[in-house]
Amino acid sequence: MISIEELKAMRDQMQSTLDMRNDNKQTRIVVGMATCGIAAGARPVLQALTEEVATRKLTDVMVTQTGCIGICRLEPIVEVFEGDVKTTYVKMTPEKARQVVASHIVNHQVVTEYTIGANE
Amino acid sequence: MTELSLNILDIAENSVRAGAKNIRIAVEEDTAADTLTITVEDDGCGMNEELLKSVQDPFTTTRTTRRVGLGIPLFQEAAQATGGYLTIQSEVGKGTRICAVFGLSHIDRMPLGDIASTIATLIQCNSDREWLYRYTVDGRSFTLDTREMREMLGGVPLNEPDIVCWIREFVTQNTKEIDGGNSV
Repeated sequence: MISIEELKAMRDQMQSTLDMRNDNKQTRIVVGMATCGIAAGARPVLQALTEEVATRKLTDVMVTQTGCIGICRLEPIVEVFEGDVKTTYVKMTPEKARQVVASHIVNHQVVTEYTIGANE
Repeated sequence: MTELSLNILDIAENSVRAGAKNIRIAVEEDTAADTLTITVEDDGCGMNEELLKSVQDPFTTTRTTRRVGLGIPLFQEAAQATGGYLTIQSEVGKGTRICAVFGLSHIDRMPLGDIASTIATLIQCNSDREWLYRYTVDGRSFTLDTREMREMLGGVPLNEPDIVCWIREFVTQNTKEIDGGNSV
């Protein structure tokens, strides 16, 4: 059995880095998680994004969810918010999601072929 | 939906939208009774009798972006396909309890699937709520309680990616301990 006590050690490790962070993270990655998104495969996409952000230690990136975006046939949908700029990625998979983190978030190169503009 | 843990994710999101502060999810296998019971219970706004009667109808939703809501009908259909059933109890201002009972060994029962990802996702995306998850097989169980987690974590938020990955690992490993690797 893993014990919840493990979190104490993680806290001690993380608090030093957390203290230096802004409350408002610079970049938000949002996954559509209504019934349509979930049925289309949003959960493994969110999981891949989270793992990628954790392993790359991207401390100013937040990964979270939203409801139905209204274009269910293009789910799973991932939106990247950087300040006022929004990029919408459609028909996502865990592999595409990892690529978006590497290319868009880390190297600031939008993966144009996965965007809604390239798919409509 | 291809696995029951996706239905759980979907149903629990209803609790979040109902403004629940505390959400309890229980998965219980009883091999003697040959049942798999999934319960999602919340202290959200609840439903009035009219909505409660119509909520099993796919053409009911509270959403305004479109006019169908498939969450509860899909979950109910999955239970009924295994000789089981789904019950909903709800009271305005008190909360809602949804309980689905499945025939454990029924050939049409979908697998539980990646429940660890469902629990991690729910906590990650709704870290302002309190979650209690309990998994039981024939009386043996483990629990994950976000209140206990917060005590351990001090000020570290539950939705930090490292913590989310730990939640998934915690549920995966402890599930194996309880079911002996015979995942349902």
